[in-house]
Amino acid sequence: MFKEFAKGLSITFKHLLPGHSTTVQYPHVKLTPSERYRGLHRLVPTQDREKCVACYLCPTVCPAKCITVESAENEKGEKYPRVYKIDMLRCIFCGYCVEACPVEALEMTGEYELANYRRSDFEFTKERLLR
Amino acid sequence: MTPEIVSLSNNWPLFVSTMLVKILVVFVVVILIVAYATWLERKVIGHMQTRLGPMETGWHGLLQPIADGLKLFFKEDIIPAKAAKFTFVLAPMMLLVPAFITFAVVPFGRDIEIGGYIVPLQITDLNVGVLYVLAMASLGAYGIVLAGWASNSKYSLLGGIRSTAQMISFELAAGLSIVAVFMLSETLSLREIVALQMEPLWGTITFLPNWYIFSQPLAFGLFILTSLIEINRTPFDLPEAESELVSGFCTEYSSMKYALFFMAEYANMVVIAAIAATLFLGGWSGPFFGPINLLLKIVAFMFFAIWLRATMPRVRYDQLMTMGWKVLIPLGLANLIVTGIVVLLVQ
Repeated sequence: MFKEFAKGLSITFKHLLPGHSTTVQYPHVKLTPSERYRGLHRLVPTQDREKCVACYLCPTVCPAKCITVESAENEKGEKYPRVYKIDMLRCIFCGYCVEACPVEALEMTGEYELANYRRSDFEFTKERLLR
Repeated sequence: MTPEIVSLSNNWPLFVSTMLVKILVVFVVVILIVAYATWLERKVIGHMQTRLGPMETGWHGLLQPIADGLKLFFKEDIIPAKAAKFTFVLAPMMLLVPAFITFAVVPFGRDIEIGGYIVPLQITDLNVGVLYVLAMASLGAYGIVLAGWASNSKYSLLGGIRSTAQMISFELAAGLSIVAVFMLSETLSLREIVALQMEPLWGTITFLPNWYIFSQPLAFGLFILTSLIEINRTPFDLPEAESELVSGFCTEYSSMKYALFFMAEYANMVVIAAIAATLFLGGWSGPFFGPINLLLKIVAFMFFAIWLRATMPRVRYDQLMTMGWKVLIPLGLANLIVTGIVVLLVQ
């Protein structure tokens, strides 16, 4: 009994010695998430506008029903999303919208600091998603 | 010509004022140790669990206890509607006060001489000091059982009764281990017990002090174990038992009253450390200035208690009680018999 007792104590004591702590001092030090991390969405821009052609595949596939798209046509006759917004309070970050997109206009970034004070601040409009 | 040194009690105003100063100093020092015990606990356990512990408030979180205290004062204080209000407020104090008044008899240094008067570094030297310590230690149980009863909650009541049963059971074994010490010292005065421990070991071995840990290792072990159980220190913190009893006796407490229970826990730890140091480890005697020796011994003990907390899982209540009544008390009694025989033979 005493041997096991001493062994247990020695194990915890070894961890006490410097060099064992693995804490990241979060607000001061930030880790970069892996490539596959599904954080905040991003609408990919092309030359003068977003790549999105407002095909409605992403709101259709979205299980949380958090994407709102309203399409319109510009003067060249191309379809574009007049309204594109994602309600981040409902989003479950499943990434289906990215997979469904036929023109790769939507992707997910490593951005994970999404805390806010007002509910309205969680509504990400086209302007906020185009970065 | 050395000035004549007289006892302070011949000069009443000076006696009272030095007494007040001593009480104030001891009180402040104990409060500080208690506050920083929480810091030490979080730090040591943090490192043992490979994380850092408090780091943000002050250098390595050194201002954390102060920040915690401020925060606790401003938290909402809830008293349950049908609680016994007076007792509810009284209970945490009943737990905390005995811990502090125990320090009245703990000697913390050699007598010093101020202006021709002897000032003993001890608040008062009772000739029944050890009994006083035991009596004060048992008062804490009232605080817990009253907290449990006054909360008007079944969890609290059960938790309070559980804790009281535990504390009382282990007081017996703790008492037995202390009896072994004053069978050897033949005095109950803590001051004289410390003085006796400054002599060479068993009167013959000059390089070792006559600390009672050498003559009574079993009693020392028993005392440490039983007093850790008595003060509900993890891994024996069954009274709190967050997982089974949602904090037991202090379920209904909030804000500063809740914090007082935990202050009492740490204050009790300091008391136990001071008593263990005084009875078994030579008290304030040692290479440095008296109070510093005592402080080092207290910190060493507290480190051990924290270390134990980080290592051991919580025991089960029935196992604990079985150990107390069927192992520790018989061991303590056997130790007393052996000690008695040896003392008789030596004489």
